[in-house]
Amino acid sequence: MQRLRLRYARRGRLRFSSHRDFQRALERALRRAGVPIAFSAGFSPHPKVSYLSAAATGVASEAEYVELGLAQRREPDEVRAALDAALPDGLDVLEVVEAGPGSLAERLEASVFRLELPGVGAQRARHAVDALLAASTAQVVRMTAKGSRTLDARAAIVALTVDTAAGEPVAQGADCAILRLVVRHTTPAVRPDDVVAALTLVDDLVPPEAPRATRLAQGPLDVATAQVGDPLAADRS
Amino acid sequence: MRPAPDSVFPALERLLPHVAKPIQYVGGELNAQVKDWDAAAVRWALMYPDAYEVGLPNQGLQILYEVLNETPGVLAERTYSVWPDLEALMRRDGVPQFTVDAHRPVAAFDVLGVSFATELGYTNLLTALDLAGIPLLAADRTMDHPVVLAGGHAAFNPEPLAPFLDAAVLGDGEQAVRTVSELVRGWKAEGCPGGREGLLLRLARDGGVYVPAFYDVEYLPDGRLRRVVPNRPGVPLRVAKHTLSDLDEWPYPSAPLVPLAETVHERMSVEIFRGCTRGCRFCQAGMITRPVRERSAPTIAAMVDAGLRATGFAEVGLLSLSSADHSEIAPLTTALADRYEGTATSLSLPSTRVDAFNIDLANELSRNGRRSGLTFAPEGGSERIRKVINKMVTEEDLIATVAAAFSAGWRQVKLYFMCGLPTETDDDVVQIARMAREVIATGRRVSGRRDVRCTVSIGGFVPKPHTPFQWAAQLDHETVDARLALLRDAIRADREYGKAIGLRYHDGKPSIVEGLLSRGDRRVAAVVLAAWRDGARFDGWSEHFSFSRWMSAAEAGLAGTGVDVDWYTTRERTETEVLAWDHLDAGLDKEWLWADWQDAVNEVEVEDCRWSPCYDCGVCPELDLAIQVGPSGRAVLPLSVAGRA
Repeated sequence: MQRLRLRYARRGRLRFSSHRDFQRALERALRRAGVPIAFSAGFSPHPKVSYLSAAATGVASEAEYVELGLAQRREPDEVRAALDAALPDGLDVLEVVEAGPGSLAERLEASVFRLELPGVGAQRARHAVDALLAASTAQVVRMTAKGSRTLDARAAIVALTVDTAAGEPVAQGADCAILRLVVRHTTPAVRPDDVVAALTLVDDLVPPEAPRATRLAQGPLDVATAQVGDPLAADRS
Repeated sequence: MRPAPDSVFPALERLLPHVAKPIQYVGGELNAQVKDWDAAAVRWALMYPDAYEVGLPNQGLQILYEVLNETPGVLAERTYSVWPDLEALMRRDGVPQFTVDAHRPVAAFDVLGVSFATELGYTNLLTALDLAGIPLLAADRTMDHPVVLAGGHAAFNPEPLAPFLDAAVLGDGEQAVRTVSELVRGWKAEGCPGGREGLLLRLARDGGVYVPAFYDVEYLPDGRLRRVVPNRPGVPLRVAKHTLSDLDEWPYPSAPLVPLAETVHERMSVEIFRGCTRGCRFCQAGMITRPVRERSAPTIAAMVDAGLRATGFAEVGLLSLSSADHSEIAPLTTALADRYEGTATSLSLPSTRVDAFNIDLANELSRNGRRSGLTFAPEGGSERIRKVINKMVTEEDLIATVAAAFSAGWRQVKLYFMCGLPTETDDDVVQIARMAREVIATGRRVSGRRDVRCTVSIGGFVPKPHTPFQWAAQLDHETVDARLALLRDAIRADREYGKAIGLRYHDGKPSIVEGLLSRGDRRVAAVVLAAWRDGARFDGWSEHFSFSRWMSAAEAGLAGTGVDVDWYTTRERTETEVLAWDHLDAGLDKEWLWADWQDAVNEVEVEDCRWSPCYDCGVCPELDLAIQVGPSGRAVLPLSVAGRA
């Protein structure tokens, strides 16, 4: 069985799709594209597709990962092109590599997020970010299907900065602070909206509009530089 | 010519993070079509008045969507009911009812075509009109508003919606929507002579379209209808349904929509025939879709092949009212099972009758997939009641079929029944427990295992227009509930088999509301409006349905008319009474329907006209058609599904 690892993006409007939605879309795309996916044995055969930690519904991403098992060998780039064509625009397969040794899941140690806060000025955002970084803990509440859950949003934050790069898209001419967040993958996971809740908690920052988040990367964490590396680098070599 | 409307997506997008399942409003499904607005002369918004997860898979809407978009100069987009959480935000922010294809406001289209599979979608129509900014009353609409056109099975009695509809099309929609499009195009090209009324007159006179405003309803002092008469010249006394004569010429849907969101059906569905010859007396679908018109096996197989390639679905559904009756069903299922062997594609035949069922058929179907459960619909617990409803299943047939199924490796059987059928007694329903027991005992005996299961699913019977039971009294909900309780107790009391029998049922109240709307006349429209104003929405969903709200609405809406909910539901009609839908022609002879009703009460059965002589229900001569059944004489060409990519 040929093992492939792929990175895909969830862009634009399709950030509102859930992880389960992507699973269905991928399984159908595999069939339409004729990718010879392997199936598990037994009473109820499942396609050999493994999904790795997925961004929450509503969060866009440039770096989501999936592992496939193929029953027949295919050129990774052919698979990439065929799957990308078969998936709707907005679910885009960006790279496919042949899996090397080692677990991909273990390499996904941290994520980089871009957080847009429409209606919040950069100055105000910086004030809140400073307050959060100065705090030792930030206990935020998240509502789940099973009730509410408290988690420490501060502990997982490796870096949090306010970007002032020129050319950043600004919502309709109004203020829109852009934050860059590097967060460790913890259990429970700390999501971008948990970090926003932490800013509200420590500094009363209440964004007037729903913030937009995009995962830019996930992979091995270099603690010294707060950089997140490419998890497929080891497979490429 | 008005400019193309802007997409409402920017305003909508801000609301999506705050609502459940936002992906249902985003569109962009595989095989969705967005045609150029300005290049189209006639523009349709097609609506299924329920949540996206129910509406998207609906075959009728998908067929019309493709037929219209394939027509040069015509454009069709889709809209569905938005959940109450988004509705509230849309009202707050002034976001109108939108299509999911290009997020255009529904009010900007020429026609809003709404497909009603069930009467419980009526209040959702009012929500959509209100959110769209279209006046609820047809009489208040101007040239700025679309023509609101109803279709689907409930359109065979649209009277409770009459004040809110501009028009209705009965029967098959494929050719009808093309005809309507042509009439709209011509009217627009000529500068819209006569305005809105001018268009509606053309639709009524030349399009076979029912325009409620062109008929007056008169009442007798005791509340019954006196008559329904046209109030414009050139408008027919009775409006006939549309019937497609050759389904092979209309192989739709050819590229079904593939949603990102989860929906209730996720399979490639092909309608293998339309209509039904069995004559089950309670079944409106079977009666109003007559005569039977089969698709040939080669066409079905070609549709399955094209559809799977276009979608990537892992399951194929061969749909009809009684799929095992298709004259080529055995060779068809074998050919499909052969073709898809090894591709992990499963085949399903959702409606199979017990006496036509062939275990070999089931085994073929499950060759590529799992054997989970089989479903049958005896509908009645005793042989006597089954004669009344003309569902000719003997207990021997059922047990023999079930035995064959269990010995072939099937483990679960689901049985559908109804409660409240005409002449029914407590015993008829309690007998269901005995039947279920027999099924389990047989299953254990032939399979040698104890883990066989039988699920009994039972719902309240609602008499429907255009059926022999249209005169019947609906059973009141207290008696329905009492009878279901007896059944439940009988099953629970059984120490030997009770645990292997599952029972699914709803209480009788929603059926009464369905009954009110099903056989309602124009006076019921006031009830629909009152219920809606009081917050009624998604009435088919138990978390939203409120019986007390509807009863209050009925009291207010029917005040002063002399009739009430019981008058519409639990009252038995008389032979000479004018029924609210008599002016709408499903092709059936009313005298034949009455005679069949009498036969029912006298427990006389009628044969299936596919295999036995015609009993003159009236459809074929009236429509100048005959039932179209195979075999086609053509084999399904063996197509190998070669490995791709």
